[in-house]
Amino acid sequence: MKTRHKKLIFIGVAVIGLGVVATLVLNAFRSNLVFFFTPTQVVKGEAPLDRAFRIGGLVESGSLRREPDGVTAHFRVTDKAQTIPVTYKGLLPDLFKEGKGVVAQGRLNNSVFVADQVLAKHDENYMPPEAASALEQAAKAQKTLVPPQEGKL
Amino acid sequence: MIPELGHFALILALLLALVQGILPLVGAARNNLALISVAKPAARAQFLFVAIAFGCLAYSFLTNDFSVLNVTRNSHSRLPEIYRFTATWGSHEGSMLLWTLILGLWTVAVTLFSRHLPDDMVARVVSVMGLVSFGFLLFMLATSNPFLRMPMAMDGSDLNPLLQDPGMVVHPPILYMGYVGFSVAFAFAIAALLSGKLDASWARWSRPWTTAAWSFLTVGIMMGSWWAYYELGWGGWWFWDPVENASLMPWLVGTALIHSLAVTEKRGSFKAWTVFLAIGAFSLSLLGTFLVRSGVLSSVHAFATDPARGLFILIFLLVVIGGSLLLFAFRASQVGLGGRFALVSRESFLMVNNILLLTATGAVLLGTLYPLFLDALGLGKISVGPPYFNTVFVPLVAPLIFLSGIGPLARWKQVNVPELAARLKWGFGASVLVALLLPFTLGEWKPTVSLGYLLSLWIVVTVAIGVRSRMRTGAGWSANFYGMHLAHLGVAVTVIGVTMVSAYQTERNVRMEVGDTVTVKDYTFRFDGVRDVDGPNYRGARGTLEVSRNGRPVSTLHPEKRIYTASGMPFTESAIDYGLTRDLYTALGEPLDGGAWSVRVFHKPFVVWIWIGAVLMALGGLLAITDRRYRTSRKKQGAAA
Repeated sequence: MKTRHKKLIFIGVAVIGLGVVATLVLNAFRSNLVFFFTPTQVVKGEAPLDRAFRIGGLVESGSLRREPDGVTAHFRVTDKAQTIPVTYKGLLPDLFKEGKGVVAQGRLNNSVFVADQVLAKHDENYMPPEAASALEQAAKAQKTLVPPQEGKL
Repeated sequence: MIPELGHFALILALLLALVQGILPLVGAARNNLALISVAKPAARAQFLFVAIAFGCLAYSFLTNDFSVLNVTRNSHSRLPEIYRFTATWGSHEGSMLLWTLILGLWTVAVTLFSRHLPDDMVARVVSVMGLVSFGFLLFMLATSNPFLRMPMAMDGSDLNPLLQDPGMVVHPPILYMGYVGFSVAFAFAIAALLSGKLDASWARWSRPWTTAAWSFLTVGIMMGSWWAYYELGWGGWWFWDPVENASLMPWLVGTALIHSLAVTEKRGSFKAWTVFLAIGAFSLSLLGTFLVRSGVLSSVHAFATDPARGLFILIFLLVVIGGSLLLFAFRASQVGLGGRFALVSRESFLMVNNILLLTATGAVLLGTLYPLFLDALGLGKISVGPPYFNTVFVPLVAPLIFLSGIGPLARWKQVNVPELAARLKWGFGASVLVALLLPFTLGEWKPTVSLGYLLSLWIVVTVAIGVRSRMRTGAGWSANFYGMHLAHLGVAVTVIGVTMVSAYQTERNVRMEVGDTVTVKDYTFRFDGVRDVDGPNYRGARGTLEVSRNGRPVSTLHPEKRIYTASGMPFTESAIDYGLTRDLYTALGEPLDGGAWSVRVFHKPFVVWIWIGAVLMALGGLLAITDRRYRTSRKKQGAAA
């Protein structure tokens, strides 16, 4: 009888403990998920205004500009359909280049994307998958809009 | 000619692995001594041929044989010789070969250091490892042949600059020693399930192997962390990157396994659980290897993407993990329960340790795989960042570390709670008091700093209590006992490092002209400009920063910005002044107009403690392995029993 009681306490504590932990983990998980949006989606207003998210695409050629402090950068990210202005304070990664793929994480502030993280991967020919998918989606959308020009593009 | 020899050696190794994987297993089942005795020579011969293949690939790299695709893609004639050698495992194919080579090494070690084990047990263990090796060799020959030829190229496309570092010489082999080492624990577990003999002596046999693998993995992860710190140029020591998580998960389960094995050996409990953990640790090692090397992750370590490989990997994982879990399901009920224990006992503390470690593993697994699943199913792209992992990890690990102070002082079977409390109350009080007050002397008081110090001091105090009472009883030297305490002290050291650097680090990104100074935490950095440098396979700019403290010179740092000529890849080489209480970290950003540069200047307090602690943990593990009772022969143990 006594051992059975003990076992029940054991199991009860374990179940409650696991339940609490699982809730905490899933809660933390949900509130820290970072979703990805393409510039087209952001322009359409699909991106959240109250939480951080990621955008990806190409750094538009000729768009990079630095403030006199040398560490604040402004550039535009494009999926070749829409562009989003981005501000970032910090040193840009080695492989950040105009015309190349980029992924940035941050928040939208008056339709300017304020990035707290800029990612460009460590391989010259490597395109971040998010950036590649943004370009692909935009290209698809354009195809369905203007089918006759598809061949020339 | 040489690459063909290597290819041929791989094929022979594959056949030998099949022999090694089947005959001894059949022999052990039928008690056929002739078949059992095949195990050792087959394993050694297989290792020899894998080693020949590895030698052939290394030779191709060293002699710049650009008719081999793998060499062309990952090397360059002007790459320094040492990196041409390490490029052997710089690619997906080469790293698979290294994996198999190390598996062979562990198998040969088992054949050499298991004279005190029953022959049928050794035969089963060697067989299981042979089957794993067969899978890897087949994978290589079918989808990832490192010796693939192609029309002679003029020159190679160079090794990724990140990998051109002394870290590349040691980090992958040591990490793989850890990953692959868990195959021994796995093979012991499968052998036990097959034979139905799962007792204290089984646990005693597999303990030193598991601890050895765990120690290697600890050092491997520590090196990876340090490498990322100085090589990526951001000064971070852990990014919760999928590649890092892939190595952390088997480490967490391996840590749980070490503790659970202790219970199985000492008390005969947790048997089925221990077997389950052994399967889990190795499964996560396999998962980690493939996650990192198959190109599934969009990460530094992923080099190529190839769907045929992906399919093979999925099937291989399914067979190994599914097969062993199935065997577990059928046989685990025969294993038995072992000794009883009370609600508060060393067993129950170790059980909580295991639950916390596995929960942490589950949380890391969720954060690492969920984005991959969503992406694979086409349900959108998400990422799970460091905030998730930090939020989840700290509340799980803090009680774990706290209990690791009490556990070793608790008695097996049943703890006399008032007595234990009386032994610990002064130590606990002192730890709390110092942990609350100490942060005031470091600057700003922060709750996380107090928590970190509390955990560290608590471990130090409880280790001291444990060692003192052992000395008082007059018990002699026990490598196992002192190894455990050394590893726990390592945890305390790492916790201090993590706490200090997270709470008090200073990071400044500034624009600097020649002669400009920036001051960070009493240290003044003066920028003396850059000059051009020419490396063997890169050109670049080399900056000079004079560091002084209160007018006295401290150090001169030379961070570099390089462009590798073959690939055109830009690369930041940081410059660090290491110190026991602080690192001064500098890196060059980009050239700005007027000869100015953007520069990173970081002050990282106690950051090296993170890695020193990891080394202490590994040393503790290695010390524990030397314990005499792991070497006593089975005859003696039989006589004693």
